[in-house]
Amino acid sequence: MAENAPEGSAAASGPNADTNDSRGPADAFLGGSLRHAAGPYYGAYGGRWMPESLIAALDELEETFEKAKQDPEFLAEIAELNRNYSGRPSLLTEAKRFSAHAGGVRVFLKREDLNHTGSHKINNVLGQALLAKRMGKTRIIAETGAGQHGVASATAAAFLGLECVVYMGAEDCRRQALNVARMQLLGATVVPVTNGSQTLKDAINDALRDWVANVETTHYLLGTAAGAHPFPSLVRFFHEVIGEEARAQILEQTAKLPDAVCACIGGGSNAIGIFHGFLDDPSVRLYGFEAGGDGVETGRHAATITLGRPGVLHGARSYLMQDEDGQTIESHSISAGLDYPGVGPEHSYLHDIGRVAYEPITDAEAMEAFSLLCRTEGIIPAIESSHALAGAIKVGQRLAAEGGDPSDRIVIVNLSGRGDKDVQTAADWFGMLDENGQVKGTTLSTRQPKGASPHTAGAVGTGEENA
Amino acid sequence: MSASQQTGPVTGERAAVSKVAAAIDRAKAEGRAALVGYLPAGYPSVQESIDAAIELARNGADVIEIGIPYSDPVMDGSVIQAATTEALARGFRVASVFDVVKAVTDATAALGTAVLVMTYWNPVMRMGVDEFARRLAEAGGAGLITPDLIPDEAAEWFDASEKYGLDRVFLVAPSTTPERMAMTVAATRGFTYAVSLMGVTGAREAVDQSAQRVVAGAREAGAERVCVGLGVSNAEHVREIAAYADGVIVGTAIVSALRDGGPAAVGRLAAELSSGLGRATGPA
Repeated sequence: MAENAPEGSAAASGPNADTNDSRGPADAFLGGSLRHAAGPYYGAYGGRWMPESLIAALDELEETFEKAKQDPEFLAEIAELNRNYSGRPSLLTEAKRFSAHAGGVRVFLKREDLNHTGSHKINNVLGQALLAKRMGKTRIIAETGAGQHGVASATAAAFLGLECVVYMGAEDCRRQALNVARMQLLGATVVPVTNGSQTLKDAINDALRDWVANVETTHYLLGTAAGAHPFPSLVRFFHEVIGEEARAQILEQTAKLPDAVCACIGGGSNAIGIFHGFLDDPSVRLYGFEAGGDGVETGRHAATITLGRPGVLHGARSYLMQDEDGQTIESHSISAGLDYPGVGPEHSYLHDIGRVAYEPITDAEAMEAFSLLCRTEGIIPAIESSHALAGAIKVGQRLAAEGGDPSDRIVIVNLSGRGDKDVQTAADWFGMLDENGQVKGTTLSTRQPKGASPHTAGAVGTGEENA
Repeated sequence: MSASQQTGPVTGERAAVSKVAAAIDRAKAEGRAALVGYLPAGYPSVQESIDAAIELARNGADVIEIGIPYSDPVMDGSVIQAATTEALARGFRVASVFDVVKAVTDATAALGTAVLVMTYWNPVMRMGVDEFARRLAEAGGAGLITPDLIPDEAAEWFDASEKYGLDRVFLVAPSTTPERMAMTVAATRGFTYAVSLMGVTGAREAVDQSAQRVVAGAREAGAERVCVGLGVSNAEHVREIAAYADGVIVGTAIVSALRDGGPAAVGRLAAELSSGLGRATGPA
């Protein structure tokens, strides 16, 4: 804890103290609501560590967002799209067979995997794409790691008639080739990024470079609750629906609040969305599960809050994986969506005041939970979300160990996305592939291919369209 | 002499006369604009970066910017990214920048060259703003150019720069509003860095027309010294900018010269660029 103490908290709260919504741990609940924190600062975190060239665009975005939030027409538009395009409210499903592995507590899954495009990301992209139109911008750019945010952005752009360019690390393009094709099918241009570590952080760097040059026409549709103000509060705003629905649904289904809520944390957008619904319920313990990669002791991980220290990256002051020189350390995770060395500033604040507990989950633990959910519930989760599932198993066992009837205890897991995109990675992890990378047992056919015409390939394409 | 005579965010003891302002004023007294040249520390090696910076100064640069290689240089284009990535891959450590600053300052003392460090903010924050400033001042450095630190977030830097008498070079851009221009100019000491265009560093065919507008805006806001950077790569660009600005900042073209021809090529380019500064005709 000493190592993780925010070294500059005194200094950083100094200059901004008058505009700052800074609270200490003691008054996390006494000082009123933790909900709807507007930024730019969350305690010593947040702010705008950005080139001057982009400040005007951030101001314009903030102003547009603040007006839209108060505009019934905008809110109605979002609600209508959530209902009739994304498929909200998403279900809250009790995972009865999975629960047996989590100490016997009742585990409920918030089914963001059932949203259009397969994850929570759609909530934010629709909101931001509408803001882009309000600002008169005709082009959106986005970064993507696993491809989920890129696919969601391409979807929103197609739906609202905007041009879309997605920056994606070349290494991630390789890991998530199918999502590259999905974005292209949706009409987006995917730019593979070959700078630096060729993953998410470098994709953000290139998106920022694009934005500086094209800010007149272009909105940067940031995919997580991080970055310069107003992005952290803006992205959270569009994901708050997750927590609001979950809270109402659990009360309806069980007539009480949950004991714990679990979510995975990369930048932290799905987590802040579901946590927000419960921030002011002191009895509800909140858990954020970071990517522990090969294990935090190996140095190959993405456990930013667990092992990072405060710094600035991509526009905000927050916990950061950095070396002694302040150079960003490359993160590692089996999950491309959590493979990011930073984290949203509100999470750093919630960590420091002790409102949310952040813990690492290794690749191996996540994949075990992935497999377990597949086999006990018939749901293939995203590998990102599998970190939350693995965490929920631990939390459930701890709750059960506290005594009493475990079936009186309730844990909600934010199932932030579905695992269709991860089938290749999972098949590889579980040893289902042969030396040619083909699924074992699928290459036994001795039938001659029917002719060699290109139409053969067309049949495959038709299948994919329906996928 | 200090540009922070307009009430800066920090009042109290005035630091010594800005080294950078003195260098620019000396050029002005010679009837020309100042040449500001950028090189990253540690590229292609620490020693060669020192040699190249000295060549730069001996061939006409009044102010040298020493860049700190950083893992996430969002304001840099491909040439500078490639150079700084290479420096990092070869094991460059941030503390080496003080060695570079000291070596260049010592070698150019007779010329009166001012040596600034250009850095993204996280390496400074990691070392501690006060310690970084103290070590920079000890090495003879003139101050910092901070591409991703705006005055709004710079409270610690105001304190440290006052304490150690360092210049604070903030950037202004074509998108900067009059209100922010006034605030930034007031926060600046040394010179105001006018970004010529909306974009990142890199050589370009022509200097963007917006550069002149940014300079005018900065002057209206009370800036005494305004230098123009981004996209400036040849003597013709220098000549064009020298007609309306106090200094001309060249980065990518110098880094390319170093990459292709070593420190000697940097010297040749600096001499060529200097020819555009307008010594003969005087400022327009």
